[in-house]
Amino acid sequence: MAEYHLTTPISEEDARKLKVGDVVFVSGEHVYTARDEAHERALEMFDKGEKPPVDFEGSVVYHVGPVAWKKGGKWQIVSAGPTTSIRMEMFEDDFLRKYKARIVIGKGGMGEKTLAALKEVGAVYCSFTGGCGALAAKGLKEVRSYEWQDLGMPEALWVITAEEFGPLLVTMDSHGNSLHAEMDRKVASRKADVYAHIGIEE
Amino acid sequence: MNDPMQVIEDTTVRLLRMAATKLPKDIEDALRAAREIETDETAKTQLSAIIQNIEIAEEGIPMCQDTGIIIFYVKVGEKFPFMSEIREALTNATKKATAEVPLRPNAVNPIVGGNSGDNTGVKIPWINWEVVPGDTLEVIAFPKGGGSENVAIVGMLKPGVGLKGVKKLVTDNAMSYMGKACSPNIIGVGIGGGADIAIKIAKQQLLRPIGERHPEPEVAQIEEDLIAAINATGIGPMGLGGKTTVLDVKVDYAMRHPASLPVGVAVQCWAARHSKAIISKDLGVTFVTHPTEGA
Repeated sequence: MAEYHLTTPISEEDARKLKVGDVVFVSGEHVYTARDEAHERALEMFDKGEKPPVDFEGSVVYHVGPVAWKKGGKWQIVSAGPTTSIRMEMFEDDFLRKYKARIVIGKGGMGEKTLAALKEVGAVYCSFTGGCGALAAKGLKEVRSYEWQDLGMPEALWVITAEEFGPLLVTMDSHGNSLHAEMDRKVASRKADVYAHIGIEE
Repeated sequence: MNDPMQVIEDTTVRLLRMAATKLPKDIEDALRAAREIETDETAKTQLSAIIQNIEIAEEGIPMCQDTGIIIFYVKVGEKFPFMSEIREALTNATKKATAEVPLRPNAVNPIVGGNSGDNTGVKIPWINWEVVPGDTLEVIAFPKGGGSENVAIVGMLKPGVGLKGVKKLVTDNAMSYMGKACSPNIIGVGIGGGADIAIKIAKQQLLRPIGERHPEPEVAQIEEDLIAAINATGIGPMGLGGKTTVLDVKVDYAMRHPASLPVGVAVQCWAARHSKAIISKDLGVTFVTHPTEGA
């Protein structure tokens, strides 16, 4: 397990170095929020040959619906912990192949389709601790722009400059490893022991 | 004399602010204790992030961006003189706290769509009313996040499965959602009554102090068995592995119909936010979970 401090844009080579269990802190200008609707719109634009307002290549895409407010004419992120990533499973593999983002951040992990795309493209999925909105906001230093506002505050594309945003735990890497899948297997293997505490025999 | 509506509103705004930004002491202590006993590096990282987050939030920032749907538990004394002011004061306080804390607007119309923008709307904030003897008003603000609410269940079991079946339902549920409810969790279990009664009892359990066991030994035993079983899963903080999957499990019950064994299971994320105050008939305010400086 290693600790990395990466600056965006992140190269494929750097992303491929990361392994499940590593801890990453991210700095730089290519940090974008995207939930269901932003993924969907980005994919639609690609298919139509249109250019999204940001360059996703080498970027960090964060599954989050932030609380933000405008102070002194400038948007600020107040609290921004991760949302449940599995909702984006239907878009993420396509998104990764088309836009080459290098780090996807969320909570709860993603499925087989995303894992395959991470391997193919050279990218990782990181878990940020759920509920830690205040800690996340510390690392999301500056809002440079607030795109796709018609989608509403949580679903919009927030364009952010990050400074030591983390700790991000690599839980799915480009080598086909997923801590989430491993946890499913581990917990299943403990079932008999778990049931013993409540007097049930399998 | 102070305006009673204003006193209740101002008190409730503070309750909502404190709930969103500072955990009650017993919950913070339990999270710190959980970090102490972890040996797994990943689990330690998760719990350290949670504790660091709690410390940052205390400056007045919502600890989680999901500031919940707003629920109140109100115990109003039969002789409390300002009963008719309560609903309006709580609603106004919700709007004010949404703008000032700020809270994320989380009240969406399920029929025609659209977010009200101020956390109020049809039946929301939801108020659980209880009329009790006495002349005081107790208000608990209980903002409930969506992630943990999404794994709540009601099981209508066959009475033949007995308490073993009840425990299996709770344990199987925990093993199915793994870390998705932002563990370590608190689980509330309500047994008996009916479908609505069971889940209502279950949710109320989430407000009991950490570590407190049910006064009836048979019920306390169920709580202990469930804590042991669920922590034996190794799901751990955020489902990434570790010793502490639940900080506590609370069980309570009502008598059941001979043909029914309803079981409600309510799940709370680690950000077990709530704040309680008592207002006297003379409008004196005592903040219980989040005392004011110097009090």
